[in-house]
Amino acid sequence: MNNEQPLLDVRNLWIKAQDQFILNGLDLRIGLGEVHAIMGPNGSGKSTLVQSLAGHPGYTIEKGEISFDGEDLLTLTPEERARRGLFLAFQYPVEIAGLGNGYFLKAAVNAVREARGQTPYDAVEFLKVFRELAPLVGLGQDFLERGVNAGFSGGEKKRNEILQMLLLEPRLTLLDETDSGLDVDALKLVARGVNATRSKDRSIVLVTHYQRLLDYIDPDVVHILIKGRIVRSGTRELAREIEREGYEPLLTAMA
Amino acid sequence: MNTSTDELTPLLQRGYEAGFVTDIETDQSPPGLSEEVITRLSETKKEPRYLLDWRLQAYRAWLEMKEPHWSIAAYPPIDYQAVSYYAAPRSVDPKRPKSLDEVDPRLLETYRKLGVPLHEQAALAGVAMDAVFDSVSVATTFRETLKKAGVIFCPFSEAAVEYPELVRQYLGSVVPYRDNFFAALNSAVFSDGSFVYVPPGVRCPMELSTYFRINAAKTGQFERTLIIADRGSYVSYLEGCTAPMRDENQLHAAVVELVALEGAEIRYATVQNWYPGDEEGRGGIYNFVTKRGDCRGARSKISWTQVETGSAITWKYPSCILRGDESVGEFYSVALARHRQQADTGTKMIHMGRRTRSVVISKGISAGHGRNAYRGMVRMAPTALHAHNYTRCDSLLIGPHCQAYTIPVLEVRHPSARVEHEATASKIADDQIFYCRQRGLDEETAVHLLVNGFCREVFQKLPLEFAVEAQKLIAVSLEGAVG
Ligand SMILES: Nc1ncnc2c1ncn2[C@@H]1O[C@H](COP(=O)(O)OP(=O)(O)O)[C@@H](O)[C@H]1O
Ligand SMILES: [Mg+2]
Repeated sequence: MNNEQPLLDVRNLWIKAQDQFILNGLDLRIGLGEVHAIMGPNGSGKSTLVQSLAGHPGYTIEKGEISFDGEDLLTLTPEERARRGLFLAFQYPVEIAGLGNGYFLKAAVNAVREARGQTPYDAVEFLKVFRELAPLVGLGQDFLERGVNAGFSGGEKKRNEILQMLLLEPRLTLLDETDSGLDVDALKLVARGVNATRSKDRSIVLVTHYQRLLDYIDPDVVHILIKGRIVRSGTRELAREIEREGYEPLLTAMA
Repeated sequence: MNTSTDELTPLLQRGYEAGFVTDIETDQSPPGLSEEVITRLSETKKEPRYLLDWRLQAYRAWLEMKEPHWSIAAYPPIDYQAVSYYAAPRSVDPKRPKSLDEVDPRLLETYRKLGVPLHEQAALAGVAMDAVFDSVSVATTFRETLKKAGVIFCPFSEAAVEYPELVRQYLGSVVPYRDNFFAALNSAVFSDGSFVYVPPGVRCPMELSTYFRINAAKTGQFERTLIIADRGSYVSYLEGCTAPMRDENQLHAAVVELVALEGAEIRYATVQNWYPGDEEGRGGIYNFVTKRGDCRGARSKISWTQVETGSAITWKYPSCILRGDESVGEFYSVALARHRQQADTGTKMIHMGRRTRSVVISKGISAGHGRNAYRGMVRMAPTALHAHNYTRCDSLLIGPHCQAYTIPVLEVRHPSARVEHEATASKIADDQIFYCRQRGLDEETAVHLLVNGFCREVFQKLPLEFAVEAQKLIAVSLEGAVG
């Protein structure tokens, strides 16, 4: 990790949902331009972490500090976080049947552009950008006419998340199990989208519980999240170790 | 208006931008209803004798009728003797102004503020407007342009004098005065609405529109509109309506009759924004309306589109009688009920002719303590061979206290007729809002997007400018409804 101030700095985070602690003093620092993978068994708190970072109102922050790009993230509304460049690809993208996908994408991209002081896209410009990006994740223009995620296959929903990431050009992308339920072809499309966004001024967090995705996207750091804390951090090799031996040895060591 | 009210108004209006009062001298009949009142009203309008006779027959029928109470709306008894049945700005010449320059500037200013400027150069492109203020029409625009095309578009009072044959032939032929309590009341006391006649084979060159404005206190508005599309003609018509914010309820009982002869098409759209009352349910318009279209000729078509955001109570079922073979009826509706609003609305599709078709798309939005019912009837008469109806009713609920009902009635008397009915009910989920916010949209925008998405199918049926208006209206009406 470099010595500059990290893009995301999470210190001693304690989070509750419905009277139960889910994160128990979690620490995490992500430097600019870095790709981190967070792995952990089901129910260990991975989604809770990324949803809380995005500002989901269902979680209460009991304790801890989060700074994003030097700013106190906890004082910002979800939309302010999004406009400052924090993007979450949902584990379960939400369906909004009546709302046209194209309309939604354009509204979102323009909300973020305006916040960055850029001029909003008109319909023609938006279409041009869409046409450049959509093929990267294997989506066609017909897809603009459909309702947001409505009746999409699992793979289409995940690719739609990646497309939104490409459109919004976030500084920090949180991908919550974007790989689950995808066949190899869809996985490659998703990886291609993520790799296209990799750059020295963008950071990415890949939440996954398989190391399969890491065959396509090479992380700088791998963290293991168990029972609401990061219990180990390491390199790619750590992911391979988990793949070989599972979480059992770590869980036993904790008990 | 003095300064203090000026300062207060924006505060009071919050969300109902049409809530202002025009300060203007008004001639208003004293409250109460009797044969004498009706006779005087008819005299004021210099109506021919046949019309007075018809009014009096309607009044006598009304006296025998009972106010209907089968809708979901609950409200205290209405005192029909406490209502004033006629109000008109003193400056409106009963013989009608010859040009817009003669119209009282305060009236012109009223319509400008409402977003419907009457001066032809300022008016919406391609829209001719009849402006009705309380009980009278104050101006009708583009009459010359329309006259060249042979289209008659004028206030009803004028038609009664100028085109008595047409009025006598068609008035009450779709909605007879005995039809129901409110139709009978309207027939007895109706004041201005619009009259339209499109001659055979003519495609009306402009959108026709009437803007109804209630201004005076303690009055009701009882307009009557009659549209006749002769063989092979086409006309598209739109009405809008608003009223000041007042603590007492005001009565609005209108009748609209449409007649489409062979091969003719009528598109009728409404953006109803009567004052809905406040958060506690104080004030607001009681909107009891009978609208019916008669597809009298073969292959004729009548299409109703309505966006109902206003009124404390809405009781309204724009319907189609599909008499001509292969005639088509359509009903597209968005009805919103929030605060304490009660909306009971829907349609009747009466299939009589062979291979008649109808489509019903109803979108009900309920928020706050609003109550919203879709009430629809599809009847396939024994003569309706191979007739077809498709109905879909979608309800959207915002918040835990509102209610939505779907009350469909089907009567199928011929085995070859087909009826399809679908209904859905959904809530705006917190997850949907969070998803939108995560993409940079604020909560209010997110709700507007979700609601507009829900209404899209119906908004698409409106002429473009009005679709934009309708979207804004829904947005304003839902301000603060979530969160
Ligand atoms: N909104 C919530 N309310 C109550 N419990 C929750 C909520 N979200 C997550 N949990 C619980 O917290 C734990 C961690 O869940 P989650 O963050 O989804 O784990 P992961 O993504 O690692 O599978 C689970 O036991 C889950 O049931
Ligand atoms: Mg998860």
